[in-house]
Amino acid sequence: MLLIHCPWCGDRDEAEFRYGGQAHVDFPENPAELDDAAWAEYLFVRDNPRGSFHERWVHTAGCRRWFDVVRDTATNEMRPEKVVP
Amino acid sequence: MVSTPLPEPPPRLWRNPEPKRHYDVVIVGSGGHGLATAYYLARNHGIRDVAVLERGWLAGGNMARNTTIIRSNYLFDESAALYDHALSLWEQLPAELDYDFLLSQRGVLNLAHTEQEVRDSRRRVFANQLNGIDAEWVEPAEIAELCPILNLSADVRYPVLGATLQRRGGIAKHDHVAWAFARKADEMGVDLIQGCEVTGFRLDGDRVTGVETSLGPIGAGRVALAAAGRTSLLTDQLGLRLPLQSHPLQALVSELLEPVHPCVVMSNHVHVYCSQAHKGELVLGAGIDSYNGYGQRGSVHVIERQMAAALELFPIFARAHVIRTWAGTVDVTPDASPIIGPTPYENLYLNCGWGTGGFKATPGVGWVYAHTIATGRPHPLNVPYGLERFTTGALIDEHGAAAVAH
Repeated sequence: MLLIHCPWCGDRDEAEFRYGGQAHVDFPENPAELDDAAWAEYLFVRDNPRGSFHERWVHTAGCRRWFDVVRDTATNEMRPEKVVP
Repeated sequence: MVSTPLPEPPPRLWRNPEPKRHYDVVIVGSGGHGLATAYYLARNHGIRDVAVLERGWLAGGNMARNTTIIRSNYLFDESAALYDHALSLWEQLPAELDYDFLLSQRGVLNLAHTEQEVRDSRRRVFANQLNGIDAEWVEPAEIAELCPILNLSADVRYPVLGATLQRRGGIAKHDHVAWAFARKADEMGVDLIQGCEVTGFRLDGDRVTGVETSLGPIGAGRVALAAAGRTSLLTDQLGLRLPLQSHPLQALVSELLEPVHPCVVMSNHVHVYCSQAHKGELVLGAGIDSYNGYGQRGSVHVIERQMAAALELFPIFARAHVIRTWAGTVDVTPDASPIIGPTPYENLYLNCGWGTGGFKATPGVGWVYAHTIATGRPHPLNVPYGLERFTTGALIDEHGAAAVAH
């Protein structure tokens, strides 16, 4: 069981959260201009690294808010994302 | 008490050759899929200058970690055709490979716990029958005869309202399956090379000409990936992005028990599947852990939930001890169906994305993947499974009949 740090509620068991996959996958800026391959990339393709992964979790059993973390997919070490100034 | 003595492996199963500098075909990954592919390349296509490269030891990845269930009761035509081809091969393989790998067609029950699930299950039975796949709908009274230890009380949270039954389904001894394929492939000249990690590819433009390995470069006419959860780590070397996410998938076994569990029982709804191995362990599995991970360990709450579900279905197991839990790394696609076929790189072929269900397909995928590699074109059974389906939108969205959560 992962111990996940919710920025608002603190450290809680993984069972309180749901996983949201890769972070920072934005809806296309100009969707009408996307070809099929670009749509496929947006809809279906995500990074799958062994190592650092920026991902989203939602604290479903707590504050119900979304947040991003960086997790090492081999060791499960988690840390908050650096806030880019 | 041991229910069925395990067969003794033959004294010598395969050579341990030094890798040559070039092969007609290099297969990456010596799990069940890689070994079956090598076997059918040699047997069906006469291609024997083949190496199977394995970073660890033979069949030590997901092949060593699966719950050994075999069935073909899928809903969609594309899936039914592929998995039933595999099942028909399973039925002839013990004789063909001259190896008793304890194929036991003891029947697979997929339970229904809600009215809607009853309708969906019956629909799947009709779909199976239309595809020529044996399938029956069974009521609780008949389930009680098929599996007397199952709790059929109406006074549980999710009472069993019925089940689909595939009598041809069952289990096989997974390690022995791998060894059986390995021995025959080796006999036909295939080099099985363990402790040889593939770290990258050799390229001439967009044409793959070989692989980089921990034992040096190895040239190849064609390179075929069969690396399960690590496939995207390999294709990342090429900048080839695949619709794959690698997740932990856990399972567990109990101590050895008297033979009490006569068939395979699966439940989508309370989400557990359980059979009893030949030696006597109960083998239990559930769905994947939600997050990506290569750690080959999952979260305890997933195991707790599957054991809670198992206990409601099988109160007799309340005092059984868990002996081992483990996790493999499975590669999951957005439509819960595998990817089998060519890639944008010439001479590079893909077999990946099997998620939780690759074992049952082992001979079937070996057959069609060998055809794809040998001819450069998909076999009719894997035409629908190409990478292009994520662009065309012709998905094989088989989450329901996959019977486990992806």
